[in-house]
Amino acid sequence: MPDEILVVKDLKTWFPIRAGILQKTVAHVRAVDGVDLEVRKGETFGLVGESGSGKTTLGKSVLRLIKPTDGQVYFDGIDVTKASKKELTHLRRRMQFIFQDPYASLDPRQTVGSTLVEPMKIHKLVSSKAEAMKRAKELLLRVGLNEEHLFRFPHEFSGGQRQRIAVARALAVDPDFIVLDEPTSFLDVSVQAQVLDLLKELQKELGLTYVFISHNLSVVQYMSDRVGVMYLGKLVEDAERDVLYKYPEHPYSYFLMAAIPVPDPEYKKPSKLLTGDVPSPVNIPPGCRFNPRCPYATDKCRSGDMPFYTGSGGSYHRVACHYNIDFDSGNEVLRPQMS
Amino acid sequence: MASGTFLTRGLGGEDMAAKEEALLETRDLTVNFHTYRGEVKALDHVQLSLYPHEMLALVGESGCGKSVTALTILGLLPQNAHVLEGQVLFKGEDLLKKTPEQMQEVRAEGIAAIFQDPMTFLNPVLTVGVQLKEAFLVQKHIWTAETRDMSATGTADSEIRGFLLEKESKKESSKRESGRERGKIVEELSKDILKLVRLPDPERILTQYPHELSGGMRQRCMIAMALARRPSIIVADEITTALDVTVQAQILTLLKELRDTIDASSILITHDLSVAAETADRIAVMYAGHVVEVASTIELFRNPLHPYTQLLLKCIPDVRKPVAHLESISGTVPDLIDPPTGCRFHPRCPFAMEVCRTTKPVLKDIGNGHMVHCHLY
Repeated sequence: MPDEILVVKDLKTWFPIRAGILQKTVAHVRAVDGVDLEVRKGETFGLVGESGSGKTTLGKSVLRLIKPTDGQVYFDGIDVTKASKKELTHLRRRMQFIFQDPYASLDPRQTVGSTLVEPMKIHKLVSSKAEAMKRAKELLLRVGLNEEHLFRFPHEFSGGQRQRIAVARALAVDPDFIVLDEPTSFLDVSVQAQVLDLLKELQKELGLTYVFISHNLSVVQYMSDRVGVMYLGKLVEDAERDVLYKYPEHPYSYFLMAAIPVPDPEYKKPSKLLTGDVPSPVNIPPGCRFNPRCPYATDKCRSGDMPFYTGSGGSYHRVACHYNIDFDSGNEVLRPQMS
Repeated sequence: MASGTFLTRGLGGEDMAAKEEALLETRDLTVNFHTYRGEVKALDHVQLSLYPHEMLALVGESGCGKSVTALTILGLLPQNAHVLEGQVLFKGEDLLKKTPEQMQEVRAEGIAAIFQDPMTFLNPVLTVGVQLKEAFLVQKHIWTAETRDMSATGTADSEIRGFLLEKESKKESSKRESGRERGKIVEELSKDILKLVRLPDPERILTQYPHELSGGMRQRCMIAMALARRPSIIVADEITTALDVTVQAQILTLLKELRDTIDASSILITHDLSVAAETADRIAVMYAGHVVEVASTIELFRNPLHPYTQLLLKCIPDVRKPVAHLESISGTVPDLIDPPTGCRFHPRCPFAMEVCRTTKPVLKDIGNGHMVHCHLY
């Protein structure tokens, strides 16, 4: 059994919708609605899904940047959802978050140097200012920037450089675990790989564990060891990367893979397309959440619970679908119940 | 009213290979922006041609000038921009010489634009029906008597014309009546066009407000409004960027279907070469204000010539062929206030020679319409 650094159990993060003079809660946006997840030490767990599927909310809930409504998050055995303020500060040194937009996540009025030194001071990792600056310099060099950048402000940098600064800031506190929320979606393709490779190198060197969130399936494929697919607040499938990309078993995963544009004009794409849009996370359809858009849905899918079944990709392959579907012929076979 | 024939290409099946006159051409388009930091040299002698019935993709990274090119063609450049040089020829006329009022007419009837974020372009307090109606009514020529007996082109004209003639024969000419009749025609046409962009339940959508629709449906409405003007050219600027992959696939399929059915050319602007690969007939790659390579889609992917295109193609991850190492292009996109001399790509180019630093290359045709802007060829 590989050791899990992060265990998420039935995590729910709901946002209330308030209305009226008394601001009564009339409904909930069920952004994350019952997610079970395990992340092993040293691996990259990729989380894919369309906008509104809850992947960012899940990432933030894991670090308690948003307080989850229900469920548990164990980081190295400690329940993050119940941690006291003091424990949380301690935990956050070990768990870091890198945001999507490097134009918004860096303080425009702080120099790069003070951005990097601040977290070290908060966590009392350095004893003197000189030591802090020395560490900051090392970090900048490590992420591919220069010493002279220490005294510059974020607006003087390009998007790729800013994201490097954000990476350096996350590393300043010597974390074990980083949630990367779409770290390259603001970057151009020609520099995207530079940042992805930097993240890969750092992981190897420092033994980091990543949760890599992205809507870009090709990038997730490049980065991850295992991948989970989210739809409307729930995981619908998770497996080893190659299993998932080659043999997706959940119909949503299959259609998601088929929809990715391919950089090859001569490639004949599977002609099947998913119709419709993701439903609102306020009115979640009963049964399997994907059933209104699923061409294979039967009455069984329209009510009741949707458990996980073991997929054909081994014991770590979980699929939330009652059927084993042959996507070419459209044949569906009921899966045996998991014991 | 016959539905379904609306906008369909009359003759059909023309041979694309026979190179016709370009429908739209930009010649030596050079555009600068005034900023407090200095002059941003956004476009430098941009040469592009768009032929009838083709879909041309304009591909490049942010800041390469693809959107500025589109805005220049549409006459929508902001106040601080000025065109130093060049022409935009559309049906033999230079659009840059037109007054803002004339350009408004061109946008109403000749060149329609669709942009990235439909919510910014749809009026939030009017229903889709009202906005779509406007798109039909801005075309003055359909509603004036002189054009009623223009030769049939197989487009909406004939339907409207037929309707108007029928009405005339019944000698109903009171103004009020014609207003109501016109409303009826427009409603029918609106429904048809919503069906054409594959929106379910057009009757209901006409009465809905933009906020009630999803992102994909809004973008379909924008496409419908562009088509309603029966333009010769549709400029689509990053129209799928804000959408999810599954919805993006739907919109791209729609674009492909429309390309085969309607009588219009389009310019598809995108940063995503994969999107261009799936939809376009030809691709023009831009870098830092230059058009660096133009070729048919298949040719560009099979045989990329410009070093930038070659490198860019290696940067795109392909889900079908996972790689252990993804390439990137060293360095960053130059600051266009002070662009590199000679070829603007030379500081990042692995094949840079002395001549690249000093002399700007020209866009050379090396056969089969494959054009490249590089000293290597």
